Amino acid sequence: MSELLQFLFSGLTVGAVYALVALGFTIIYNASDVVNFAQGEFVMLGGMLTVFTYAAGLPLPLAALIAVLVTAGVGVALNKLAIEPARGAPVVSLIIITIGASIFLRGGAQVLFGKQIHRFPSFSGDTPFRIGGATILPQSLWVFAGGIAIFIGLYLFFTRTLTGKAVLATSNNRLAAQLVGINTNWVMTLSFALSAGIGALAGVLITPITNTSYDVGIALALKGFAAAMLGGMGNPKGALAGGLLLGVIEAMTAGYLSSQYKDAAAFIVILLVLFIMPQGLFGAKQTERV
Amino acid sequence: MRPSHKSATLLVLIPLILLAPVFFPSSFYYRVGALIFINGLAVTGMVILIGYAGQISLGHAGFAGIGAYSCALMPVHWGIPPVLAAVFGAVISALLAWLVGRPILRLKGYYLAVATLGFGILVYMVLTNETWLTGGPDGMNVADSGLRDLAKSLGINMKNSEFWYWLCAIVMVAGVWLAMNLQDSPTGRALRAVHGSEVAARTVGVDVARYKLQAFVISAVYASVAGSMVALQNEFVTPDVSGYMHSIEWVTMTVLGGAGSVLGAIFGAAILTLLPQVLTAFAEYEQLLLGLIMMLVMIFMPDGLLPSIMRRIRGKDE
Repeated sequence: MSELLQFLFSGLTVGAVYALVALGFTIIYNASDVVNFAQGEFVMLGGMLTVFTYAAGLPLPLAALIAVLVTAGVGVALNKLAIEPARGAPVVSLIIITIGASIFLRGGAQVLFGKQIHRFPSFSGDTPFRIGGATILPQSLWVFAGGIAIFIGLYLFFTRTLTGKAVLATSNNRLAAQLVGINTNWVMTLSFALSAGIGALAGVLITPITNTSYDVGIALALKGFAAAMLGGMGNPKGALAGGLLLGVIEAMTAGYLSSQYKDAAAFIVILLVLFIMPQGLFGAKQTERV
Repeated sequence: MRPSHKSATLLVLIPLILLAPVFFPSSFYYRVGALIFINGLAVTGMVILIGYAGQISLGHAGFAGIGAYSCALMPVHWGIPPVLAAVFGAVISALLAWLVGRPILRLKGYYLAVATLGFGILVYMVLTNETWLTGGPDGMNVADSGLRDLAKSLGINMKNSEFWYWLCAIVMVAGVWLAMNLQDSPTGRALRAVHGSEVAARTVGVDVARYKLQAFVISAVYASVAGSMVALQNEFVTPDVSGYMHSIEWVTMTVLGGAGSVLGAIFGAAILTLLPQVLTAFAEYEQLLLGLIMMLVMIFMPDGLLPSIMRRIRGKDE
């Protein structure tokens, strides 16, 4: 029983990160119909930049803040330099552009930061708490708290602020949003900044537990995408549920089946979702306009 | 009246292949040439998938892994000759592609990209982890295919590197010829209709999902054969043959040269195969450059390098 609880804790911790990656996918997908394959690289950048600004002597919170802001800037640059110029391009071209961005960022990180594994210390020590025979790291609680704060913050942003409502309007119908005077280009930029920032924050929160290196992005992107699809593409609640569920599935796979193949769980989930319920847990059936 | 697309492609390709060795100072160049042809074969498959059908795969190296390890494993365990094993590998790849593609290709857009990305990583994971079978990350030996001895017994006596240059060239040209025939067939026309507009294709009675699946399966066979060729030539395989970066390289080669035509894609394969040989000093920057090329080509030359150059030459009348 305590074993199950232990797997559950670790599953929920990584699941929270998957949920944040899935949320990043969702925000950009809603605003622009682009699936951003570089989403995992935002997580990598968040962790990496914190490692190096912290090593340069900055206090950890400031290092983390800089990492999140710089990554958000990278997100904006990606939108302005690569996505906006290709407006109206077919899906395949957009996939290649974001994959290109992902390889570019990965290659850049390899040149700048090297191929080693990097880490920085936990926010509040490494003494685990004991709950019901299982242990949980203080950093896991930071991950949960961070994840919850982001989801609540975004909920308030989208429902209570005019800007948030403009983003929702744009994702609903870009043309209609333009007609009522919303600057949809600005909304796109904001979405990329937001999504990159959230990814970076996820990287900052999880790096003390999992460590980071230049090539962690692809696996995270794949899992975030699996989580988003499991929950229902384009639905923030689905991203949360899908992320946590995927994290738990993975932890159970690692615990009870094979730790080598825990990464395969995400792929199996993708295939099962596509076979059985392509619209995901929370997604609505969509009809496409021609 | 210009010559037909098919004969034009072969008319350009075959003389280039025949003439290139004139300029080869050492056997190393034959090896690079063979590598270009193997990549050329794989990207010909990618043209069928990306250029004809408008779909994308980020895991085709997974099929190459299956083709390569079929050649490595089947001779050892079942006593099947390596060349026949390559054929079986292609059949297995086709079956897997069919199984994976069937549910996915009913859906649109991103799903195939994500599922193939996962598929490729899964194949790589299995090849790396099942050390008892595959030798793990260290790789394993592949039995001699006996093809060179066969050529010798027919009176063709060549150095190993030269032999593989010509063999890879023949296999690639055969693959190109098949792909060009496919393009002109009813299937090819249906695929191009799907690429133009799935909805429009459906309204004129094209079974969209079936044709997309066909393209995916065919391209998987091309990748599998390319993987087998690598294994047979080197007589050694490592899981790297199925690595993620390999899949990405093939996509990049295809779109760099121009996904719309086989010749363009092979041009892209040649450039990206030669580039690392020329820029060995910049090995560290390879991924950076690859990513940059992908983005720049898609933004500024969405049709690819070759069509853009051709348009420049002909003037802007097209």
